This record gives sequence, structure tokens and C-alpha cells, in this order.
Amino acid sequence: MAGDWSEEITHVAGTDLAIIKGGQGKPLLVLHEEMGHPGWLNWHAALAKERTILIPIQPGFGKSPRIEAIRNVHELGLFYSWVLRDMNLAPVDVIGFSLGGWVAAEMAVANPRQFRKMVLVAPLGIKPPEGEIFDIFVVTQRTPLNLSIHDPESTPEFAKLYGGERTPEQFEAFEDARTETARIAWEPILHSQSLPHFLQGVSGLPTQIVWGREDALVPVSAAQAYKHALKNTDAQVTIFDHCGHRPEIEKSAEFIKLIKEFLA
Amino acid sequence: MHIMYFTERPYREVPEEEVIKNRSFFGVPNRFFDREVGSRLYNEYLDEAVYAEEMGFDGVMLNEHHGTPFCMGAVMNVEAAILARITNRVRIVLLGNPLPTLRNPLRMAEELAEIDLISKGRLVPGWVRGAGSEQIFNNANPAYNREYFNEAHDVVIAAWTRPGPFRWEGKHFTYRFVNPWVLPYQKPRPPIWIPGVISPETVVWCAQHRYPYIGLGTALQSTVELWNLYGDTAMQEGYMAGTENFGYLQQIFVAETEEKAQELGKAALFGGGAANFSRPEWTLPPGYNSKEATRRLARQASDYGFLGITSETLKESGEDHHGKDTRARLRRGEVSIEEAKRKIYGNYQKAQDGLQIIIGTPKSVMPKLRLIMEVLHPGIFGLFQAQGPLTLEQRMTSTRLLGQEVLPAMREIAKELGIVDPFERAPGSRPYTAGTQRDSLVDLNALKRAPKRDESVRV
Repeated sequence: MAGDWSEEITHVAGTDLAIIKGGQGKPLLVLHEEMGHPGWLNWHAALAKERTILIPIQPGFGKSPRIEAIRNVHELGLFYSWVLRDMNLAPVDVIGFSLGGWVAAEMAVANPRQFRKMVLVAPLGIKPPEGEIFDIFVVTQRTPLNLSIHDPESTPEFAKLYGGERTPEQFEAFEDARTETARIAWEPILHSQSLPHFLQGVSGLPTQIVWGREDALVPVSAAQAYKHALKNTDAQVTIFDHCGHRPEIEKSAEFIKLIKEFLA
Repeated sequence: MHIMYFTERPYREVPEEEVIKNRSFFGVPNRFFDREVGSRLYNEYLDEAVYAEEMGFDGVMLNEHHGTPFCMGAVMNVEAAILARITNRVRIVLLGNPLPTLRNPLRMAEELAEIDLISKGRLVPGWVRGAGSEQIFNNANPAYNREYFNEAHDVVIAAWTRPGPFRWEGKHFTYRFVNPWVLPYQKPRPPIWIPGVISPETVVWCAQHRYPYIGLGTALQSTVELWNLYGDTAMQEGYMAGTENFGYLQQIFVAETEEKAQELGKAALFGGGAANFSRPEWTLPPGYNSKEATRRLARQASDYGFLGITSETLKESGEDHHGKDTRARLRRGEVSIEEAKRKIYGNYQKAQDGLQIIIGTPKSVMPKLRLIMEVLHPGIFGLFQAQGPLTLEQRMTSTRLLGQEVLPAMREIAKELGIVDPFERAPGSRPYTAGTQRDSLVDLNALKRAPKRDESVRV
């Protein structure tokens, strides 16, 4: 499905930014996770039939150069807000995965009006009331990848993530991703102590929170914490059973249906 | 030549099977720590340092690691402060304080100044980036490791040498009032030496600062390359590097007879030795390596690597791989502790053949020491007491034999080879004249006689 999308370097917000683009229709901003953009998957293809999918590659990942001034996830959110202004995209629908979900939440805190609707898929960013966020920084690269799926046997797309085989290029890409994530989110461990407070200031932004009940990286208890923090806006939580950190591939059909209906 | 005594001050009574089961010294649960053993060992190590001084060593070297029975020197400056008082002559060489893990480098400047004053100017402080596990233990962001190192270093030097009070506003450290009352005894500041394992970035940095670089038991072939890199960088900096700019650390154990030495020396392999210092994923946390080093790691052949870590060992230690190495197989419960032990001790001869450790009588160790000195011409030579469950008496015997027989022989060789140390000639004091050839730092002919080392064997 290589023809479905393309990657271009755009000069925006004072930097060169690699952006993956595919599909047609109203733009849908996708903020990728802490391991990078996992590749063009079924859910991308399904949504691309109706929406133009825009996936900026986070500075410090892949072909997007690191921006030293960004020193935490809040500042990364400020950067993406600048990108939206420069590209004249706001208000836009956004979907963020894991670290990308945290970034979206920070952007909503800074200015809820830059989004029309927001989807947070197993976002980092809030300390779970029960359990701990898995410390991805003290294990080998592929450990969190393997832990991200509850039932790999019945998840055919799992083998395709990040191109499958580990090449030297992929080893480096993961190392870049881990380094940049450590740089901005080492401490507190993959969350913010102020985000829950400031999320209470978000209003008028319909939000869909999605989680897998068996998420081994970000415990599902954080779903309710997010909903609680977003109490002044319309936020709904959907939890998939028998599902890990990646509902978009582990419960792909249900996920696509949910997102299509929510964004309609 | 400056010859110094070194021991990691290991907790020698940790159950070996716990280290093997944990696949690492770092992270062995601290319920295995016994206060009586810890108390006795700390005191023994202080006594050993005093004994090394009596036996004629020029220096005693300390190091620092956290959260591991491999080395009890968790706060090396405490030991250094005691040694400052109870020794009289030896240099107290700290290789080194892990700068990136410090939240307050100004306090480090104060601690070291106190030690230098108490010792009447015998302190040689050194700095390290710290192994990956030190970043994890101290929660020091590994992605800023090099930046923390550089800035903490600059804070310490400024605190010692810039008249206060002044303000420090750096990227990582801010001080509104730098004016330490207590300043070092040595002027303008104590000499600084830097230990390292293989990172070319560190070698270049040392050459730029004219700090002697101490290879920590690194393979002779790669050490030669790095020393030439140092020499070339020195040339660009306008000075001539010489023996005073280099040091080498060698693990060694001697006894009265060959049989006894061979029997006792096995202790160096205890728990898998340095190969089990830490797990690969703890040794290289994200960002600890430079981008260039990561590129090398991703593409290197499997016989070369940082602290014995290759992309292959990283892959093998990953949860998803069915790696064939003993560590991976241990994790999966496919080999018993006993088999793992047999494999560890099966490397004993290989470790000696590759000079990872030198074991023998004062006479039989000399050809190997001579070879290292011929190849590297190090102005500083550290003799590293073997690890593992050796008794105080066995350790003291080794130290005595080294002092009485090996040290005089080494000093003779140093004289013959024209080796001078940093106290005889200040590193960086000889200007380099543009267009001339720089001094040769290593002996490539001697290197041809050096054995090839099996990098998978580490003690």
C-alpha cells in the first residue's frame, strides 16, 4: 500500500518537519507514539478513504531534526500548535497514540479551540491511580513493542509494525526515538504532574478516550483519571476487552468503527 | 612512572548464584547485604590502601559505582577523605566521580577541596560519565549524559579557579552565589586524570583539556588506536603528547607459587566478572551513546563493542529473541546455574591469554607486564587487585609481592623505555612545532607480539 501515502519535508514552525500524508478529505492530524510512526496500517487506510491523514514525524525522530529548545512534552505541544498555525490547519481533528496522546492533551490545555474533536488512544501523561507506567528506558528496544500487544497470535498486523525485521536502520531509528523520548519525558517517568490540573480548564472539545483493558504499558486505570481531569468537557471512555496498548491493530475493526462514528 | 594500587572494593561474600541468576551484579536484591560483612570489608579496604603505601606504591586509586556488590565505593569521596588522613605519601587518585549523576557539582568542588586540604595536596580527581546503570540508579537523564558531564566539569573548575562570588547560569545548573570558602591545596587546581573504556569522544575531550587518559584494561589493539587519536588531537591543540598523557589499568594477582596463584586467581571470574557488571539494556540506556556511537553499534561486527556490548548482545538479551548466549538461555531457564558457572570458569585460560587478567608469581607475570609497557608506554600504571572471594591475607600477600618484586622491576623497565609520569613532566607542557612529526606514542612492533583478545571474555 506504498502508493497510499507519501513523506515530505516541509519547512514549518521554524524547522524542517517530515510529514507523512495520505488519503483525501478533511485533514485528520495523527500524533505518533514514543517509538515513532509504526508504518501505514489498516486503520490508516480505512480512515484515509474519507480523511486526509497528516502524520508529522516528531522532531528528533526519523528525518525531522531535533529541536533543542523543546525540553518537555508541554513544549512539544507548543511546537505543534505553531505547526498548526503555520499550516493554517486549526481547528482540526486530532488522534494521538501513547506519547502522541499526551502531546494532544498538552495542546488542548494550551488552546482547546485548535481542535474540533480529540481522540486519545492509551495516552501517557497522567500517573495512573493504580499500577505504574512501564519504564521503557531500562529495557531493550523491542521489549515495549512486544508488551504492547495482549494477544500477538491473533493480531496479524503486529508482525508488520516498524517494517517487521530489525535492520541497522530500524535499530538506529528506535534508538533515536528512545533518546528523544528520554530527553523530554525521563522524569517524572512518562507523565506530567501538572497536566491533570490544567486539563480541567479544557471545555467545548468533544473527546474520545480509548484503552485496552490489558494494556501492559499504560495501565487502564489512567483512562478514568483522564476522564476525571477532562470533567469540564464532553469526554467519553471506551475500553476494549482482551486488548493491550494498541487497540488500533488489536481490535482494528471495532476501533475504526468507533473513530469513524466519533469523528462524523 | 606512577604506579598505583586499585581494588573495586567488592562485596566479596555475595552469593554467586544470585549474581548469575540476576544476570548482573547491578540489581542483585539488597536483602543479600550483611552489615557485619560490609563493615568489615570497608575497614579491610582502608587497611589495604595503607599497606599499599607501605609496599611502595605511588598512588591508591578509588572508583565509584552504585547499587552493586561489584564495587562498594558508592560514595568514593568518603573513603578518599579517610585515606587523606591515614596515608602519608601516596596520591589519592579518584577515577572517577560520575559527574552526570550529580545534582550539585558545586558540592563536589567543596568535597574534593576538603580532601585535597586534609591530604596536603595529594588528591588527583578524575571524572567519568558513569556506566548506564549509574544513570538509572541516580535517575540521571542519559540523553543529557554528555551535556551534564561537560557542564558539571566546568562548574567544578570554575569554582576552584575563578575568584568568587560569581553567578553561574548554565543550561543544566544554576548558582546565584559561587564562592566556596574552602579551595583546593594544589594550585591552580589539583591535576585531573580521566579513565575510559573505548569512547573516542572522551579521548578527544581529554586531549583538548590536556588531561591524561587511563585505559581501563582495554584491548591493546584498540588502545593503540585511541592513543594515536589523542596524540593527533594534541598536535591540533598545539602541544606534544607523551608518556605523561597516558595510563593503563591491569587486573593482576600474584602468589608465592604458580600453582597457588592459578588456584586463587580464579576468583577474578566470580559471578561472571565484569561481563556481568550489568545487563546490556542497563549499560546503554537511551541517549547514553552519541548518535555516532549508536550508528557504529548498529553496524559493528559482533566481536567489538562498548563494555563488551554489541548490537548482537543487545538483541540476544531482548525479551523477544531466542538468543543463544548463556545469559539469554539462563533467562529462559534453559541452563542451570551450575552450567552457567562451568561456562564462566571455563574461560579462565582465555582470560589470561588475552591479558584480561595477569596471574602468576612475581617472576612469571613480568613478561606480560613488560609487553603492555612496551606497546603503550603508559606514564601511569594501575595494578588492579583481583575480584572475588579472596581473603584479606591472600590479597595482602599479592600486594606485598607486587611491592617487593614487581614494582622495582617495572620501574627498571620504565627507565629503560624512557617512560615519565605526569608529575615528572606536566601533560601538555611541551609545545608542538607545526610541520614537524609528533612523537611516537606506541610501539607497533611490540603490538605484533600482543595476543588477540576474545572480547566476549571479560573479568
